[in-house]
Amino acid sequence: MTTSTTATTTPAAPTTPDRPSPPPVPDSFAALLLLADGRLPAGAHAHSGGLEAAVALEDLQDLTGLEAFLRGRVATVGHVAAAFSAAACASVRSGLPVTGGSGTAAELSRLDDELEARTPSPALRTASRRLGRQLLRCGLRVWPHSTLDELAAATRRGPHQPVALGAVAAVAGLEPRAVAWAAVHDSVMVPATAAVRLLGLDPYSVYAVLARLGDRLDAVATAAAAQAHAAPADLPAWGAPLLDVSTELHATWEVRLFAS
Amino acid sequence: MRARAELAVALTAGAGGRDRSRVARLRSDGPLLLRPAIATGPEPLRRWDLTGRGTARISRAAGAGGPLGGDHLRFHVDVGAGAALVLRDVSATLALPGPHGEPSRIRTTVRVGRKATLVWLPEPVIAARGCDHHIRTDVVLEPGARLLLREELLLGRHGEQPGTVRQRLRVCRGDRPLYDQELAVGPGAPGWQGPAVTGGRRALGSLLVVDPQWGAERDGLPAVTAHPDTAVLPLSDSAVLVTALAEDAIALRRRLDDGVAELERTAAPVAR
Repeated sequence: MTTSTTATTTPAAPTTPDRPSPPPVPDSFAALLLLADGRLPAGAHAHSGGLEAAVALEDLQDLTGLEAFLRGRVATVGHVAAAFSAAACASVRSGLPVTGGSGTAAELSRLDDELEARTPSPALRTASRRLGRQLLRCGLRVWPHSTLDELAAATRRGPHQPVALGAVAAVAGLEPRAVAWAAVHDSVMVPATAAVRLLGLDPYSVYAVLARLGDRLDAVATAAAAQAHAAPADLPAWGAPLLDVSTELHATWEVRLFAS
Repeated sequence: MRARAELAVALTAGAGGRDRSRVARLRSDGPLLLRPAIATGPEPLRRWDLTGRGTARISRAAGAGGPLGGDHLRFHVDVGAGAALVLRDVSATLALPGPHGEPSRIRTTVRVGRKATLVWLPEPVIAARGCDHHIRTDVVLEPGARLLLREELLLGRHGEQPGTVRQRLRVCRGDRPLYDQELAVGPGAPGWQGPAVTGGRRALGSLLVVDPQWGAERDGLPAVTAHPDTAVLPLSDSAVLVTALAEDAIALRRRLDDGVAELERTAAPVAR
């Protein structure tokens, strides 16, 4: 768009250019990039976030199907994961000055129970705990902290992945807002990466889909971050019935490329 | 319209040790009409043996059209210790838009007392075009309580695009959460028609069964049934969710009923 220059009597421009200052970079931006990167050795590459099941059962074959899948996934389980990650991060951060403490472990355990109640599919619960255990193991080596040891001790089968993500993010110095973005990013990157491998979709086109989803991802992450300090019972509980059903079926297959 | 209906059932000692479940409070209001009812056929779980006077039966009828946008309905159900209640609907609920574009809301709270039983089998909620209907149900189960609860949602009348529905069901055992899911479908819910949420199907529902005697071993339960789009999901050692999607209401009902029948066949009761 061009600016009209026909008005000759406009007042003189201010002496300093009226340029908005750049938005502040989140704290520990480098840690956020590490945590949100699919190359973090935390086992995410073995999962498709339900995409492998949708390819076989829902005839998802192309970019249109992928985009519809991602929109539904991020609005439901993606939003829940982001809100719980942000809440776990907030809980650990508020406990950090007194080096975690059992109050933090109890709060994380409460969040874990709430997430369990929001995950009706046993196959998805197993996958979430496996991913949580792997992420916690990774976090313990990369950002060692007593809170992570306590979380590992409190959840024998491994914490649900969003609880682990929030706790690891907190000890890495991230705020709830940043971890909500990391969780939302993860909720679309896992199936999008799997789609490239399973369907041989053009990676540039897949990334164009992801870029198109940017506004939706921002909206979900913003909403999730705003819930970081809500009571655990009031955190969102969006469900995706087809993901539940197809993931259960997928878990019975003898031959599959992804664990979930 | 604002309305608040209440229903309470209590166990009273009867002659010869035959206790009966008595309706202690029955308050209809506005469109929520509560009426004593008689058994209309076997309940899905025969094992619970809810025949006879040990079980109270109530039907809920819609006394007016709707809910319409702007309606705020509240409903409280209390099943006292040891009592049993079978609660049904006379007909389906048709959620319609209101004149001012406001959402309609129905908020239900349920308490099932110690060793009490609630079988709640509502008819489907039909999301008519343009509706914005919010359903919130909170159930608290006390120790030993049994629950069978069905939810069915039809996305539009025949050939109709649905409005928006948000439906949250939260079930707690005491203060511990057992099940908490919210479904959002319709124009106000991003991605709802995609292959993660409904995949274009027009009917979806679930049947939640909580039975402390069940001891539902995960290994002993079928993860899937003979029907497509249906899964049997153990939530804990004593709670199972049958969840299904279908093209229409009849297929959905059959899938849910068959899922529960499958449960009854395969899950052996454990000694108390």
